[in-house]
Amino acid sequence: MKLKAGDRVLITGIIYTGRDMAHKYMVDGHNKGEKLPFDLAGQILYYTGPTPAPPGKPIGSAGPTTSYRMDKYTPTLLELGLKGMIGKGPRGQEVKDAIRKHKAVYFAAIGGAGALISRAIRKAEVIAYPELGTEAVMRLEVEDFPAVVVNDVHGSDLYQIGVEQYREIGGAEGESC
Amino acid sequence: MREIHVDEIRDNVAQICVDAAYNLSDDVLTAFDRAQQMETSQGAREIIGLLKENARVAREEHIHICQDTGIAIFFVEIGQDLRIRNGFIIDAINDGVRKGYKEGYLRKSVVDPITRRNTGDNTPAIIYTELVPGDKLKISFMPKGAGSENMSAIRMLRPTEGVEGIKSFVLDCVQRAGANPCPPVVIGVGIGGDFEKAALLAKKALLRPVGSPNAKLELASLEEALLRTVNKTGIGPEGLGGKVTAMAVHVESFPCHIASLPVAVNINCHAARHKTIIL
Repeated sequence: MKLKAGDRVLITGIIYTGRDMAHKYMVDGHNKGEKLPFDLAGQILYYTGPTPAPPGKPIGSAGPTTSYRMDKYTPTLLELGLKGMIGKGPRGQEVKDAIRKHKAVYFAAIGGAGALISRAIRKAEVIAYPELGTEAVMRLEVEDFPAVVVNDVHGSDLYQIGVEQYREIGGAEGESC
Repeated sequence: MREIHVDEIRDNVAQICVDAAYNLSDDVLTAFDRAQQMETSQGAREIIGLLKENARVAREEHIHICQDTGIAIFFVEIGQDLRIRNGFIIDAINDGVRKGYKEGYLRKSVVDPITRRNTGDNTPAIIYTELVPGDKLKISFMPKGAGSENMSAIRMLRPTEGVEGIKSFVLDCVQRAGANPCPPVVIGVGIGGDFEKAALLAKKALLRPVGSPNAKLELASLEEALLRTVNKTGIGPEGLGGKVTAMAVHVESFPCHIASLPVAVNINCHAARHKTIIL
């Protein structure tokens, strides 16, 4: 894994969406011995719940949602082969350790820039949990999707590195709320 | 007595719901410019540039500024000399939300808190009404995303903790929130009243044009001091480091009990969407 915290990347190919309830469904299902709705091995999950697609567009606004809410489920998904995640905001220590252990990567996309980001999404198709509406799992075809590496296999954290450069007050960065 | 038909209320509410989701208001765009000038970090300046570009794309290509088009919050001032015809004002507002969120392709983000079942039309809205003199109807709308709302906090300080206690609590909230609420943020601080009054003041403070100071001098200077303090945290735009963690701090206050000093903090993301109409 050559990616290092701070690297800016453009992602092209297939990524999958999944946020709060989809994570709960996948991990609860897995714990009961059920098969996941798609093969996670080697894939990237994007934490987003887009707005409905207006006529003529593949998707609505589709920026990242806050990632810490998925932390409880992430180590299990990494164990099942997930290799990348895109969201916003810092991850808990357990997730960071799991990222190192399973040689994965966590990217941040620009939170609140859903209009800009949606232009990188060419196709969107619901593949699991359609009853969840905007929270359903979708298969996205993306081209030059902009992101930055936050947590890499070396244990670096871009949020800590970035903030330390500009901090004039306060101590160690607390865990997220 | 002046009269207004509920259909007029419904249609106007629908229109501001859609407008807020696509068109970031000028006060926020100006705040982006100020933030870009203040930033010393090249990366942070670039991020603010992207936020400006996002607002432009949203407006011109008609794509929502953010996918989180929020839970719908309304502050409604009803003139006591105004008569509302043909229905109930709360129903009219909810009908407007239903219409606006459907026709504007906005995300339906409202669920039952226990079953988590989506209500399907982003209702019910959260509606605060206030009776005021006159015969006008003033409707202020704020679609509030959860990324920032989840970072809210309230604390019942001891009265002797005073301004220093307030500052330290606000700083603590901002540091704990970090990158999560999509900085550069706008911070609403409600001081005084009681438990829910403080929270309501903090939320209402976010309706003011971004960066407009409180009319009371002592509160305006507290706002300045709080802004200086939170912008020393280094969190910066998107939490990736920089000088501008917050674009503004808005403080509102209300007298409180001798034994109390309630302080509430309600954070808004950089897409600080808000619209007001007077009917």
